[in-house]
Amino acid sequence: MTLDPVPALDVDPLIDDPGTRIIVCCGAGGVGKTTTAAALGLRAAERGRKVVVLTIDPARRLAQSMGIDSLDNTPRKVTGVDGTGELHAMMLDMKRTFDEIVEAHADSERADAILNNPFYQSLSAGFAGTQEYMAMEKLGQLRARDEWDLIVVDTPPSRSALDFLDAPKNLGSFLDGKFIRVLMAPAKVGGRAGMKFLNVGMSVMTGTLGKLLGGQFLRDVQTFVAAMDTMFGGFRTRADATYRLLQAPGTAFLVVAAPERDALREAAYFVERLAAEEMPLAGLVLNRVHGSGAARLSAERALAAAENLDEPGIVDQEAGKEALRSSPEPPTSTASSEPSVSPEPPVSAPATQHDETMNDQTSSDQASSDRASSDQTQPSDARQLAAGLLRLHAERMHLLAREQRTRDRFTALHPEVPVTEVAALPGDVHDLAGLRDIGDRLASGIRPAGAA
Amino acid sequence: MSRFQVVSGKGGTGKTTVAAALALALATEGKRTLLVEVEGRQGIAQLFEAEALPYGERKVAVAPGGGEVYALAIDAELALLDYLQMFYRLGSAGRALKKLGAIDFATTIAPGVRDVLLTGKACEAVRRKDKKGRYAYDYVVMDAPPTGRITRFLNVNDEVAGLAKIGPIHNQAQAVMRVLKSPETAVHLVTLLEEMPVQETVDGIGELRDANLPVGRILVNMVRPAVLEGPVPTDVRRTDLAKALSGVGLGGARKGGLAEQLVDPLLAQAAEYEERVALERGQRALLGEVGLPVQELELLTEGIDLAGLYRLATDLRKQGVA
Repeated sequence: MTLDPVPALDVDPLIDDPGTRIIVCCGAGGVGKTTTAAALGLRAAERGRKVVVLTIDPARRLAQSMGIDSLDNTPRKVTGVDGTGELHAMMLDMKRTFDEIVEAHADSERADAILNNPFYQSLSAGFAGTQEYMAMEKLGQLRARDEWDLIVVDTPPSRSALDFLDAPKNLGSFLDGKFIRVLMAPAKVGGRAGMKFLNVGMSVMTGTLGKLLGGQFLRDVQTFVAAMDTMFGGFRTRADATYRLLQAPGTAFLVVAAPERDALREAAYFVERLAAEEMPLAGLVLNRVHGSGAARLSAERALAAAENLDEPGIVDQEAGKEALRSSPEPPTSTASSEPSVSPEPPVSAPATQHDETMNDQTSSDQASSDRASSDQTQPSDARQLAAGLLRLHAERMHLLAREQRTRDRFTALHPEVPVTEVAALPGDVHDLAGLRDIGDRLASGIRPAGAA
Repeated sequence: MSRFQVVSGKGGTGKTTVAAALALALATEGKRTLLVEVEGRQGIAQLFEAEALPYGERKVAVAPGGGEVYALAIDAELALLDYLQMFYRLGSAGRALKKLGAIDFATTIAPGVRDVLLTGKACEAVRRKDKKGRYAYDYVVMDAPPTGRITRFLNVNDEVAGLAKIGPIHNQAQAVMRVLKSPETAVHLVTLLEEMPVQETVDGIGELRDANLPVGRILVNMVRPAVLEGPVPTDVRRTDLAKALSGVGLGGARKGGLAEQLVDPLLAQAAEYEERVALERGQRALLGEVGLPVQELELLTEGIDLAGLYRLATDLRKQGVA
């Protein structure tokens, strides 16, 4: 396992580089994409850049940590950011974004007709693809404003992490496509004689769809399409422009994953897709990686030792203390209260650790050997706690091994992808300090102890 | 027990696994269940170690006691062509529509049509009867879209019924809605004992209730077993711990000894463990306030394979879920 020369993903040069203008965080659901995006944005800002973070569907408390719990589709400056840079954050309101496009591209009468169309209302309120499209649209808008050095964007929680790549094309080709022309035909062509021949085929189609969907529905679609007609070229152009923006040199993709089979499988798939689309991949962010400060102690040895502690008889024999054979007292026995009167500090007082270990040294020096003296002085609850700690450690080591296996699988497929690992935190992030901490972990890129 | 069981959950909570285990559990003792996938990910095939599912119902597993689990990956395009065939006997016209991009349009862009087709196909399987008048499937389990989209997904029929005011799609939508809002359906939410999934679950349940969709249970997945019994005692001396570790052959207890060096990292791991346990307790309490049955499924540390799936199924049965 130590043989794999996985290149490290160095986050700081990436976010410091003035040439980096867009970072897209993508990956499967539930791997911490939004948190990663926010942490990167904060870090870049505190290193002096003017950053905007575009989040799609942040958890409430994460949004609150950046002060963007109001959903108004505009970047808001985040307060409490250190340094000379600036952090702005916004939450995507996809309906609002769609409305804005309509308002920007149609005169007010036409815009009203579109905005009030039931078909438009359903489409814009978020059916398959709209959110993805609007996220990319918003990204294009933010980039065009050129107010920020760096835009960090989080991708929508799609059924597939790749949807956002396809959505602009899908919507673009729909709005600009052949089928729309057909739908338009009755409304647009009307009775123009020259078109009659063509119109026969079309009316079969629209007739079928009319039967299937109901006439009103089709009329709504036609009205909508007619009203949007002038914007079609615009949609196609914009979708293409956004797509090219994603391929541009200033853009970097970060694939976010957790060391779990499904998440890494999706990550591998994504890496391949980005390569196929000629989109620049900066690396993989592996969140929630576990480590251990005692990694040299294997799970097997820890478990064996824990079992040994559960059966003190065996140890006693080794130590040759006959009298202690009767020592397996229940944890509630009066003997267990004995250590609390000891002058030595309890384990939960790390501040006094130094003094304590000094005492330890002196006392051990006096003893002829640790082994020989150990059974005499260790109370049963120390043994019991030690056994518990060892079991916990064994569980941790098993987890490390599993994570390593899934990671190795990814590395075997994509040895060229730089990786940075972020150690697991017990809870979620609720404030800027938490995001800062994640940013430090992201940048340090150090493999947690024991994971190597 | 509802015959149509919809399983949703935040991404990463293992909803596909839980749906599969539920299908297996419901099939136990001679029943027949259909496990339905709607997101085109072929997650079911992977779980059952089978090849990618075609658009057709196929047996993927045998349940304890002779039951059978069938699986179906619903494809919206093919489902639409099915419907066209059913209502209009359009062979070539269907192909022409496809060529023109109409099928694409209808299944990917048109508001909700895709979702109506997916739920419609599942509801058809729920209602289907054989020649003797018995249900073709005793239960249908759906691996549904995630919590954030489930209400819209199931309720989309309402929206489409409003949009397409007449016609087969309209009728279809209404028929589907009748099944979905009846006691025949139960929507279960899979979560983990972590803040975000729990928050999303609580919010999701609120939305489902607002839409009058029948909510079933909360299934807490990947629950880690307790390793330490009770809190870490605070009155144990570090030296005693080092000696205990040394006593079982883990090195010297003296400062700098291998056993002594273990004490700090082991205690740090215990502190993390306790923090996590406390957090989980809080999340359990939040889930408890929702007022739904809550079941817990253990974390299968070796990952999910077929054996693990059967274990989860047995566990679900023991808890009376199936």
